[in-house]
Amino acid sequence: MIKFSKRQLKTPKMQRPVYLVTGGMSKFGRSIPEKRTEELVIDAFVEAAEFIDKSPAELKEYIHSCYYGHFADHFGDQLLGESVIHDRLGLDPLGNVGIKTGGATGGSTLWEAFKAVASGYSDCVLAMGWERMDEVPTDEGNNYIASAADKDWETPLGHIYTGYYAVMAQKYWQVFGKEEDSFRQTMAEIAVKNRGYARMNPHAQGPMDITVDDVINSPVVAYPLRALDCCLMSVGAACAILCDEKTANELTDNPLEIHVAAGSHTLRVADRRDMEIPLLPNESPDQYKDLGNRFPGGDRYPGFTGFLAARMAAYYGYRMAGVIDPVEDFDLVELHDAFTISDIQTYEDIGIRPYGEGRTYVESGDCYLTNPKTGEPGKLPANLSGGLIGNMHAVGATGIMQAIEIGQHIWGRWAEMHEDQSKWDLFGRTKPDDWTNLQVDGAKRGLAISHAGVGSHVTATILVHPDHQLERNES
Amino acid sequence: MSTNDRGTVKVENGRYRFEGKFHYGYPNDPIRNEDGELMGVTNPRDLTHVHMYGGEAPFFEGLGQGKLLGTRCDNSNCEANGSIFIPFRIHCPDCLSKNTIVDMTETAQKGATVHTFMITERTGAFNTLPKPIRFVNVEFEGVPTILMGYLSVGEPKIGMKVIPIFNTTNPTFTILDLSWVPEETNETELPEGYTFG
Repeated sequence: MIKFSKRQLKTPKMQRPVYLVTGGMSKFGRSIPEKRTEELVIDAFVEAAEFIDKSPAELKEYIHSCYYGHFADHFGDQLLGESVIHDRLGLDPLGNVGIKTGGATGGSTLWEAFKAVASGYSDCVLAMGWERMDEVPTDEGNNYIASAADKDWETPLGHIYTGYYAVMAQKYWQVFGKEEDSFRQTMAEIAVKNRGYARMNPHAQGPMDITVDDVINSPVVAYPLRALDCCLMSVGAACAILCDEKTANELTDNPLEIHVAAGSHTLRVADRRDMEIPLLPNESPDQYKDLGNRFPGGDRYPGFTGFLAARMAAYYGYRMAGVIDPVEDFDLVELHDAFTISDIQTYEDIGIRPYGEGRTYVESGDCYLTNPKTGEPGKLPANLSGGLIGNMHAVGATGIMQAIEIGQHIWGRWAEMHEDQSKWDLFGRTKPDDWTNLQVDGAKRGLAISHAGVGSHVTATILVHPDHQLERNES
Repeated sequence: MSTNDRGTVKVENGRYRFEGKFHYGYPNDPIRNEDGELMGVTNPRDLTHVHMYGGEAPFFEGLGQGKLLGTRCDNSNCEANGSIFIPFRIHCPDCLSKNTIVDMTETAQKGATVHTFMITERTGAFNTLPKPIRFVNVEFEGVPTILMGYLSVGEPKIGMKVIPIFNTTNPTFTILDLSWVPEETNETELPEGYTFG
């Protein structure tokens, strides 16, 4: 049993508020052989500048320091790749730093950028993330990804990261899913939903019009996970510009307040020790007393079924932003759907549903833009971008992409950024005849979760329209 | 690469002594598209890293001797005092004092339990385990952590009792020297080179 001190659980208090001003993305693809990474990064930056009617040169004049998220140096065979990008963006001699936290790299990049502005070091910063995983064959890629596990205790076991993750999926599937066909169907619904939403996104790599049966009949990767339960491996870039209030208002009429918090947990799942569940504001101390009775084998926390890092990112982040109940307080979320089952696990870690009941978020229809059960708007639409399953997982860019997507909803500009035929043409993609506007009407607040591997790092990025801030308990 | 001149390393007087070849370079090739236009180049080479186990060396040496070593925090001022760690941790994660090495072979042989498992046909480059790989995550009586490994005999199931086996014949000095089999597995069923220790 491990415990945390009060000091460790302190709500982060920033020196000043921080705002998201704009963001941009490149095309995302499994491979983009016609472009260097530097070109993709410039594509993302140019889109960010144009979004606020600035030229790239005008926007650059505001930037004071730069934060670069790029996880896998070895894929690109280039150490200090951040310096290459910084030079090609023409941002020397500004200070810059690279950030690497596995799958959470994009979210962690925002975390560092956020702190740089909040501290007063910079008034305007660039958070840019990218990844390039197309320059080695798949089995070498799997080996590289597996080297993000412990090199002595895990990596030699098959050199396959999916395997290290899948043991957790198996445990959740048996304990909380009870190996029920209905649970399997719920997992598949997530894959259908996210790939379907990706069809409306010209950036997206993996749009598909599929059914639950298609997912359930797709090849087994590591049972119960099948091919269509798994996220994409992608190439691409995304960036965000964060500012203090004064600079934000010089750059745009509509900056969004941003909060970013982070949590961590052991790199090896094997090292996890039991603890009491750290409670979110919408949970009570006694509500999990009978968890082991309701779900035999589920009384060990975090065990192999909970992501403590996600719980802690929400624990800090919700208190920073005044969030009590994520379903009530957010209008949309972008979650790290690396696998359908980890998406369900995360619903519980971040308090969308209590532990053990994650599946009901999907089964209720709350996670859809339009609830298929009621025909009414879903209470908390999830992954309208297509998520990692339908849109992309260009690791260093993913957490930033999520924040931009949420921002475009709150700005009421989602359709503008996804509908334009010229963008579909530019990316060489066919806009579907049934293209649908996924704009969440009246979106005011949103949450993005960026997550690394078996749960070593997780960030929670919260975006709030300044006119719709929540009351914060400053104690 | 010829194995005759493959690089070997010794540590002498606190320094590495490298002998033989550690890297091989090859000419690169152009990469062209279907129109014959240059898109890029290949960058082929072979290279060998070296890696020190430091304070974990006794664990990896122990596997080849049929021993499963863990560590225990013996700091009486630490809340984790008495906790046994497998994976072997050199230092206590709470107080950071040096842990005491403890032999957990007998505990494991009395029956460890499969906490969860996974069977996969997919592997990455350099995998040496036969496919499919049956990952098992094993709990021990009195140990707060859950060790990852692989099952060499039978099919895994949550809650099944397993015992360790060791590559004592021709050890690789890696985690692969430790595997698991169901309780009551016969010695004749073990993979070549593996024993009960």
